[in-house]
Amino acid sequence: MSITRTLDLPTSTDLAPPAGAATVLARFVTRKPLGAAGGVLMLLLMLAAIFADVLATHDPVRTSMHPLVAPGADYWLGTDNLGRDLYSRVVHGARISLAVGVASTLMGAVLGGFIGLLSGYVGGKTDLISQRVMDIMQALPILVLALVLAASLGPSLTNAVIAISIPIIPRAGRVIRASVLSIREFVYIEAARALGVNHLRVAFRHILPNTIGPFIVLITAQLGGAILVEAALSFLGLGIPEPYPSWGRMLSIAAAEYAEKAPWLVIWPGLAISLAVFGTNLLGDALRDTLDPRLRGR
Amino acid sequence: MRGYITKRLLIAVVTLFGMSIVIFVLMRLAPGNITDIIFESAGYVDQEDKKRLEVELGIDRPLPVQYGAWMRELLSGDLGKSYHYELPAADIIKPRLPVTLELAFLALAFSILLGVPFGVISAIRQDKPLDYVLRVVSLAGLSMPSFWLGMIVILLLVRSFGWIPSVQYVSPFDDLRANLAQFFFPALAVGYRSSALIMRITRSAMLEVLREDYIRTAWAKGQREGPVVWRHALKNASLPVITLIGIEFAFLIGGLIVTETVFNLPGVARYLIDAIQWRDYPIVQNLVMLIAVIVVLANLTVDLLYAWLDPRIKYGRP
Repeated sequence: MSITRTLDLPTSTDLAPPAGAATVLARFVTRKPLGAAGGVLMLLLMLAAIFADVLATHDPVRTSMHPLVAPGADYWLGTDNLGRDLYSRVVHGARISLAVGVASTLMGAVLGGFIGLLSGYVGGKTDLISQRVMDIMQALPILVLALVLAASLGPSLTNAVIAISIPIIPRAGRVIRASVLSIREFVYIEAARALGVNHLRVAFRHILPNTIGPFIVLITAQLGGAILVEAALSFLGLGIPEPYPSWGRMLSIAAAEYAEKAPWLVIWPGLAISLAVFGTNLLGDALRDTLDPRLRGR
Repeated sequence: MRGYITKRLLIAVVTLFGMSIVIFVLMRLAPGNITDIIFESAGYVDQEDKKRLEVELGIDRPLPVQYGAWMRELLSGDLGKSYHYELPAADIIKPRLPVTLELAFLALAFSILLGVPFGVISAIRQDKPLDYVLRVVSLAGLSMPSFWLGMIVILLLVRSFGWIPSVQYVSPFDDLRANLAQFFFPALAVGYRSSALIMRITRSAMLEVLREDYIRTAWAKGQREGPVVWRHALKNASLPVITLIGIEFAFLIGGLIVTETVFNLPGVARYLIDAIQWRDYPIVQNLVMLIAVIVVLANLTVDLLYAWLDPRIKYGRP
């Protein structure tokens, strides 16, 4: 351990001029190999989602006369009880699961972030009331709240996104509020106000851009959770309805009675969920370490 | 301190009140009221009969009146009646409660027994191969859906031992061994995720404490590793860990719902799913409220424990 480290003096990298995107990326890869691996994993899944039509060998929803065929040359990962090709379904499942995960995370994070900004910047009664509302929304475990919402809204793709995004709102709100509270105290904010910049502009142009670090960390942290909640909802039959091939739903069909006869139906969709969430978690951890200086080196 | 407790209690009451309104409204938004469901199976609906049933169930009254009636019932400990079973909900929940409680406590025990020691080991071997292995294992625990882990475990057990999860619940007082055989794997499947979270927070709290001066003093005076790590450091690192354990206990419920379904355990959490599927809304309403009470109480306990455990924290003003 060097002296600079113990004294917390700025190291040479802290003082270096802002680097280009390529340099930042290279530095990230060398310092956080696990995070980079997570990024690559996510990238691959995104590509699979985008090019699902090209990658799939069969129509993911068309049934055939070959139910419960073991993995082989015709059906790479076997077929399900209705003779649908599992490989094509898993690839198309990436599209559904990632789309629902990303859409609900963004929706929850943006709404929550907006409430957090308002609550933190305005303060006073607005803050108090929105804090209590957040308390209420956090009084249920994420899955339970999503379950009740999904049940009362009825099954559809849009409703699944809504049901998964609402539990994210209070979590996003708290993170952004905390960040706004500390930024609000900086001198440049006071300077902007003194120059006569109006509140709306200060909030959106001077404070909001500086919450981007915590916001990115928040999104990656919640994305994995959103994918898991979608899987659990669909597994319980309250998430994404047929005929969309969702990983969670595939597992609920498998669990019913075919697990023993056709173990591939259990293994592959679950592995896909785990890999997707593992990727976001690896990336999220590394981003948190990099973007949150308080945690650096831990 | 007393002011702080009063304030926390007030917030807890306000939160639960708000939650009750949210659930009440959500259940009324749900498509189809209970009379539709009761008559659905009959095929033919006599509007007269339907009206009469609505009056009998009290759902023709204005919403605030219905809400008031529900609150009165709940506060007097009446959990309502299940339309599906045509039984008081309390009669259905009571035999299911021990299943869920046993699963929750076993899962929590697993998560602490695995999470804390591995977190400490990971911290003292920071950035060594062992640390990397443990971190990846814990991240994997956060990434696998617990219901899938349960399915894989069942699959392996069936394939290698021909073991099939028993449908009939065995009480620990009748046959402890059979009971534990039934609960071991479900508890592990639920506990793995929490143990991963506990491991992570233990690791980061330990890393922070291990850099403190008093730990350096302990090393300097020649103290051995065991006492330094497990006595001096872990004690002060335990605060965030205890907080997380309290919060996790409440959030285990999410894992219980799916795990009870996969392992076919007749617990309360699975009953919630059944009730949702049967659209037995009065039961859903009460069970969700029960979960909210558990979560709010767990949070309250953690907050109060925090103040009690760490004498440095003083709660005067907010």
